[in-house]
Amino acid sequence: MPGMTGRMSTVIKSKISRLLDKAEDPGETLDYSYQKQLESLQNVKKGIADVVTAKKRLQMQSQKLEQSVVKLDTQARQALAAGNEELARTALERKNVAQTELQGLDQQVAELEGQQQRLTDSEQKLRQKIDAFRTKKEVIKAQYSAAEAQVRISEAATGVGEQMADVGLAMQRAQDKTEQMRARADAVSELEAAGTFDDLTALGPGQDDIDRQLAQLSSSSEVDDELAKMKAELGSGDAGPSKQLGEGGQA
Amino acid sequence: MIVRISNEGQYRLDDGHHHRLDELDDAVVAAVEADDEDAYHAAFEELLHFVRTEGEPLDADDLEPSEYILPPADLTFVEAGEEFNGEGLIPDPAPPSAA
Repeated sequence: MPGMTGRMSTVIKSKISRLLDKAEDPGETLDYSYQKQLESLQNVKKGIADVVTAKKRLQMQSQKLEQSVVKLDTQARQALAAGNEELARTALERKNVAQTELQGLDQQVAELEGQQQRLTDSEQKLRQKIDAFRTKKEVIKAQYSAAEAQVRISEAATGVGEQMADVGLAMQRAQDKTEQMRARADAVSELEAAGTFDDLTALGPGQDDIDRQLAQLSSSSEVDDELAKMKAELGSGDAGPSKQLGEGGQA
Repeated sequence: MIVRISNEGQYRLDDGHHHRLDELDDAVVAAVEADDEDAYHAAFEELLHFVRTEGEPLDADDLEPSEYILPPADLTFVEAGEEFNGEGLIPDPAPPSAA
């Protein structure tokens, strides 16, 4: 019933067909077609490995950020206990930036996890189809004349080819996702390089660049709220005007 | 007839469902063209649900090509729009454009 399928399916299907035309000529000899299928499977495996590598890198970065969040929180408390509110505020601002980045990373790691799972499933299906193709081509070769075999194998190759195109599509989506994540990871690395998550006690003067970034990135009202909460917890009214923590960094 | 949901699998559906599939498919396209994201998600979900519940999953070692191919379930509204206006999910073969 050609021509009766809906518009969306028609768009997708025609594009898949064009991908198939590019990918292989089903009229190629059976063994060559099978060889090409095995090569495709290898590429898929490599693609999955790339996704896993990207995911691991982000997970490591995420762990480092978690440590920064804990560290900056501790430092904010210490600074506040020592009566250095300005330093506490800076620490909380940085914690805020780190938390925002962390959320973004975690979300993307989860998304990539899903992509990886789908890719692995697709790879499994492709492998099964290729196995089925190998069996079938031997049967067809034995039972039919060359001309008939060519026709029958073309049909089977189209079935495998469609699965291959589908895995290709999944690969493409996973790669797009990986690219987005790489951008996110690079952004976090830049913040790290700029010292955003550095030990505050080591902070010297002339950090305007960082301060400007912080001013842009962090929401000051959130920081105010957290600072107020921390003060309440510490009963800050009694804290002396000591600034030991800040001085430690000037050396 | 055989229907594939991309990145998911193939299903065998009774030929009598053809008309209903067309309707559901057209509803998705209409929602995209109307720039109605909620309607798009509802329509696309309904389409996928129909295939999954009415269809019989094909074995992984089945070699039959599909008559009907649907995009992956996680297709976003933006991607759906690109599908019909731009290059979309599956890029067109390299255009002979000047570079």
